[in-house]
Amino acid sequence: MQKITLESLVEKAVSLLENGTVTSVLGWKKGEFDYDITPAVFESADELKKDFVWNDFCGANFSKYLVSKTCKSEGKILVFLKPCDTYSFNQLLTEHRFDREKVYAVGIPCEGMADINKVKEVVGDGISKIESNGDDLVVTTIYEDAPVKVTCKDVLAERCVNCKSKRHVAYDELLGEEGEVIASERFDEVERLEKMTPEERFAFWQNELSKCIRCNACRDVCPACTCEKCVFDNPNSGVENKAASNSFEEKMFHIIRAFHVAGRCTDCGECSRVCPQNIPLHLLNRKFIKDINEFYGEYQAGAEVGLRAPLVDYTLEDLEPGEVFDRRDNNA
Amino acid sequence: MRKCLVEDINSVLAQINKAAKVYLPVDGTDGKARFEEWAEGKEWSNALNTERSAKDFFFPQTENLMEFKTEGKNIEIIDIRSDKDDFVIFGVRGCDVRSFDILDRVFLVEPIDSFYKARREHGIIISVACGRPSETCFCGAFGIDASNPAGDVTVWRTKEAVYWQSNTDKGEELLKKVEGLTDCDEAAVEEEKAKIKKIMDKLPLANLSTEDFGAGKTMELFDSDKWKDLSESCLGCGTCTFVCPTCQCYDIKEFNAGKGVVRFRCWDSCMYSDFTQMSAGQPRLSQLERFRQRFMHKLVYYPERNDGIYGCVGCGRCLAKCPISMNIVKVMKSLGGKDNE
Repeated sequence: MQKITLESLVEKAVSLLENGTVTSVLGWKKGEFDYDITPAVFESADELKKDFVWNDFCGANFSKYLVSKTCKSEGKILVFLKPCDTYSFNQLLTEHRFDREKVYAVGIPCEGMADINKVKEVVGDGISKIESNGDDLVVTTIYEDAPVKVTCKDVLAERCVNCKSKRHVAYDELLGEEGEVIASERFDEVERLEKMTPEERFAFWQNELSKCIRCNACRDVCPACTCEKCVFDNPNSGVENKAASNSFEEKMFHIIRAFHVAGRCTDCGECSRVCPQNIPLHLLNRKFIKDINEFYGEYQAGAEVGLRAPLVDYTLEDLEPGEVFDRRDNNA
Repeated sequence: MRKCLVEDINSVLAQINKAAKVYLPVDGTDGKARFEEWAEGKEWSNALNTERSAKDFFFPQTENLMEFKTEGKNIEIIDIRSDKDDFVIFGVRGCDVRSFDILDRVFLVEPIDSFYKARREHGIIISVACGRPSETCFCGAFGIDASNPAGDVTVWRTKEAVYWQSNTDKGEELLKKVEGLTDCDEAAVEEEKAKIKKIMDKLPLANLSTEDFGAGKTMELFDSDKWKDLSESCLGCGTCTFVCPTCQCYDIKEFNAGKGVVRFRCWDSCMYSDFTQMSAGQPRLSQLERFRQRFMHKLVYYPERNDGIYGCVGCGRCLAKCPISMNIVKVMKSLGGKDNE
């Protein structure tokens, strides 16, 4: 499904390593299967040729790794960025979270990433091989003699179904063709929640958030969560908890996190991708994005470096707090 | 050996539920299976395994241990334990059944954990053989037979029938109370076992070797330069430890409940920055050290202290759930030398 080839990425990485532009490469490393891909740092052409992979399961957003990688490294690091990753990249730069001088960013087009859970819903367990063939994934399992064809579109990750942009907003070099910002339908699900009665909405979130196991994966993967010491990890903060002591706290953790990233969340969708309990956490963030758009005008975090987010800015046109209060009557 | 028809499973579960409360894997709104209390209308999930492991029944994520009330200079300590009734966990896979043995070796040695012990004594385990294992399964590496799992009762599900075999007195007692199970010979089950074994041999991880791990390997593995690459992109989240059926670390804390103090314990994760924090600080300062701790514990330290038994059961949950797809199989293949090439 991806239009840009593995070979062209490896070739680019090898040439940048060899001509000394970069000293390391942040990329995707092959796993045991064709879908369990690990972010990794490559330091030689041999490593790249042996283990680098680019396929329909390279969902991980590398932007956040730049915080620790540029902090430690002497030389430049090459990072491959899909369009959605570039928004996180810009947002982190806006917040001065990594050293731009130490990064060589290569923008790569993305046709959307597949969700292995959706693939498994179609073909079941026991996958031994997944190959890309045009618009299809060809999946071999140990249970069927013949491989099963799955249309990529049918197994796209939720965030890719609602892709907001195929345009890169940051790079030093672009491979392949540039895309466009897309009029996505990403707020449809938020609207569905807004239309619920407060009781229904509470029940919805209670059902979802009660599944939370407090693994912190959503926070740890989030490019907007880059505090060196999270308040929830600090035993002296008084709010540190490895588990919710009651069901109210469960909700508070996620709601506090959503508030903390409000106006900074680019809607990259990593939180929901990594949640081991399949909680649609991105919907909390999207609600904030939708509200900010409606209250203060369209705003996309990370669209440009240095943008002043509406929540930390003041204009005479700003909404009066009372208007927000009045919206309660509309269930929103 | 006893059997019932597949369509009669609900009435059999209803009868078991009369003897003791039954929990079974049920599909949730997200299509994933979790253990739920049995009730009329709840369907036994077809999923291979539950999202969370079955360890929750004996070692829950949080549990209140005791309460304190103070009046003047007196402190009253209140025992709040309420585990008095037997319960049945139905549909536990072979990997999770083995995890109970691994937890037992931690919680049931001196000083015995009486909270864990009470639940363990009240729990009756009905395991089920794995008709359709996943590519992420590697229980075979730890000597677990998915075609013939342990437990008080073992169940095999074929297209037409469900077969029941009691393995312990507890299990036999329970099955005796169930009407509608008919005696049968072992032919169908033997056939099913052979079928499962054939599948197990075809699994991509069927040949995963534990040869290079186990007791006495600490010095050899601890300073391996491979830990750096393996832990390089670890996020430091607790997903692997919390979906793991054998991770057993916990923290004990207190909170003010308004009228008094409640002491509770909750799962802890060696991946967390404040894990085993002491007055002098955290002994493992980097994520590399914390990451290494988890795998050394499962593959070296645990077997060293427990007759060579590994602290992993090959359920594959960490393979499916790790946000960066780093897991024990990749660690074993990277550190495991030529046996795992």
